[in-house]
Amino acid sequence: MSADKSFESKSLDPAVRQMIAKARDKGITTVWDRYEAMNPQCGYGDTGLCCRHCLQGPCRINPFGDEPKMGICGATADVMVARWLDRAIAAGTAAHSGHAKHLAHTMMKMTKGQAPDYSIKDVAKLKSVAVRLGIPVGTRSDMEIARDVAVAALADFAEKETPVQWAATVVTEGRVKALAAIGAIPKGIDHEVSEIMHRTLYGVDADAVNLLIAGIRCGVADLAGCYMGTDLADILFGTPAPVVSKANMGTLKADMVNIAAHGHNPVLSEMIVSVAEEMKQEAVAAGAKGVNVVGICCTGNELLERHAIPSCTHSVSQEMALLTGALDAIVVDYQCIMPSLVTVAECMGSKIITTMDICKITGAKHIEFTEEAAGEKAKEAIRAAIEVFKKRKGQPVDIPDVESVVVAGFSTESIVAALAKVDAKDPLKPLVDNIKNGNIRGVCLFAGCNNVRVPQDRNFKIMAEKLLRENVLVVATGCGAGALMRHGFMDPANVGSLCGDGLKAVLTAIGEANGLGGPLPPVLHLGSCVDNSRAVAIVVALANYLGVDTDKLPVVASASEAVSEKAVSIGVYAVAAGLPTHVGVMLPVLGSPAVTEILTDKVRGLTGGYFIVDLDPETAADKLLAAIDERRKGLGL
Amino acid sequence: MSAEKAWDSDTVCRHQGRWIIAQLNIKEYAMYEPKEIFVNTSRCTACKTCEISCAVAHSRSGDLYGALSEKPAPKRRLYVEWVSPDENVPILCRHCEDAPCMHACISGAISRNKESVVITDSDKCIGCWTCVMVCPYGVIGRHLETHKSYRCDRCPDRETPACVSSCPTKALVYRTVETFSKDVRRDAASKILAGEGG
Repeated sequence: MSADKSFESKSLDPAVRQMIAKARDKGITTVWDRYEAMNPQCGYGDTGLCCRHCLQGPCRINPFGDEPKMGICGATADVMVARWLDRAIAAGTAAHSGHAKHLAHTMMKMTKGQAPDYSIKDVAKLKSVAVRLGIPVGTRSDMEIARDVAVAALADFAEKETPVQWAATVVTEGRVKALAAIGAIPKGIDHEVSEIMHRTLYGVDADAVNLLIAGIRCGVADLAGCYMGTDLADILFGTPAPVVSKANMGTLKADMVNIAAHGHNPVLSEMIVSVAEEMKQEAVAAGAKGVNVVGICCTGNELLERHAIPSCTHSVSQEMALLTGALDAIVVDYQCIMPSLVTVAECMGSKIITTMDICKITGAKHIEFTEEAAGEKAKEAIRAAIEVFKKRKGQPVDIPDVESVVVAGFSTESIVAALAKVDAKDPLKPLVDNIKNGNIRGVCLFAGCNNVRVPQDRNFKIMAEKLLRENVLVVATGCGAGALMRHGFMDPANVGSLCGDGLKAVLTAIGEANGLGGPLPPVLHLGSCVDNSRAVAIVVALANYLGVDTDKLPVVASASEAVSEKAVSIGVYAVAAGLPTHVGVMLPVLGSPAVTEILTDKVRGLTGGYFIVDLDPETAADKLLAAIDERRKGLGL
Repeated sequence: MSAEKAWDSDTVCRHQGRWIIAQLNIKEYAMYEPKEIFVNTSRCTACKTCEISCAVAHSRSGDLYGALSEKPAPKRRLYVEWVSPDENVPILCRHCEDAPCMHACISGAISRNKESVVITDSDKCIGCWTCVMVCPYGVIGRHLETHKSYRCDRCPDRETPACVSSCPTKALVYRTVETFSKDVRRDAASKILAGEGG
């Protein structure tokens, strides 16, 4: 089967294009068909001018100035758009922090001896987090410290006298002051989400600026949720260090039981990986060569960065993994799981296994996951995949012969460790020196999803190519990292063809100092979407080293194919941290010129950061380069 | 005035078309007869997508995001009206065969083109609003910035008018009178048969 060129408008990934052709031939409906059926999409929704917050609605405001000019209650376009944005931020925050809370509960159960399959994998990280939070370490046992960390984590959710610790202790002092000055320090993560729901209720907050300040505060609470998610996952499952693996659908094996972990939280996927070897015998008994665990989306990133588990595919192409006919089961937890997977799985004879009470899908097999019996539940899921394998054994499959080499696992800790090989006493010095001398022009974080409105990976690919050529150090998370890894951006062999001379020299020097015999990969994989916290940690470390605040650094962020409300909340905390933040799809805010102006311009006066909305990846990259240069100038570089 | 002479005018050209069509079979007839925008009112959910896409189709940029910042703002040329308690009716220029606006226009700005579309020549329009006064559908708008009247032009550059192609429930259809009526007749016929059978 050859890749059909006509599917270039749908995906740049050749493996995905092969599977789109197969879906068409088999008459299986996929996300691209549904998108076509959905067009044209509603102009009121697209501009943020549809309000359904009360039962008098729905209300629509005419974006061209005709009647109706306001909602039935009198809400203006500005209010409608700001309320919508706030709710999206709250939803994103609820999701990231729900993920973190799940980890905190797991950690708490572990300290009580109720979750025997979990343990502390990184004591050093536990202690460093404890110290940061002011939790005594001394001669106390690891479990005692872990218990206090879990208590502190859970305490960060409710409203309390002190600010959210995972927000206030993870940014620069200057940032705390700047955010406090505009009332954007969160008091409790759940409290901020709940307060957004209150203020956006019928007849409450009707001042766009006030609504947006609350949105920023909730965005900072989202940073806390993400940061906590990363911290606790590192403590429980280990802090990532560089690993070599592969990405794309070529990682599926026809003669093995293929099981994909899909979703977000390593609480589940770690267990799948830890029992996979044990289940080999049962797989062999069923006629397979073993169990092949692969990842989809962010839980795939979590497994990749810690265990070199290959990443099968990401985001918008998740259905395509099933189209191969080789994927026996997808085990999911929550977030970004397209319900359509169940239908495609049914067509292909595969199985979708849901595991979480908050995320069931009609037609899927549900195995309720518990931390108390985690290993057993994971085995049950793999057994279900083995049953599917028995039926498909010997039947032809269409695994695209497409895979790329990936070097992943760049946590803040592992980056500092790699730099320490260059300068043991002052690890950040080589990085800062190279930023100063211009070998590294700036830093860009690529984050977010693949959006069906954009040919899959196009924006990431074009923008990363341009920025790398211009010597920008590129780091990536989530499905943005997924996009770049599938196109060879995490293969050190491509440094020569992708990176400018300055960046090439830096990546090579660090790689060689670390005994890799070559450079670091062109793009550094920081992990999953909660791991955007790692980007914040790096930026904060750089700012503290230079003695400036984060809004002065030549650092930018981009979510060029964003989908989820989680991408909205991440974007808001990037702006709160002072970063110029690009979004490559239209946010539904254009219905309010005032809100659009605040987000893309005026907010700069409050946090130093701002949104750049540009759907053209070429000009967007130029704007990010200009933002980097402006900041370099500000620093006198 | 001889018959041949009359065919030179836009209005009668269309009659000429029909005269030719009369000698063709029904399929060819459908190709020659101009299409009209018909409304299946029972399918309209009042989402007003047609209004937005109409305005966008008449903007300079031609896309929603670009149209939002244009001055003067692009205008919609059809209107979803609500009839209490729960009927929604998209209303737009019917391009009447015997158009009152065309007769009433004192400056000769309104005419019918070869496609049977009633059009207003902006250069000739003096903004007297007589057309607005006589239009039985109330679908001629007043452009405050240009001081001209405007109405549905049936999207001359598009194969299907923007409102029709954007309608998610297919409440708006673009068909010839003959094919539209045929479907109505078939529907009515099946109801008659069902009545006889019951």
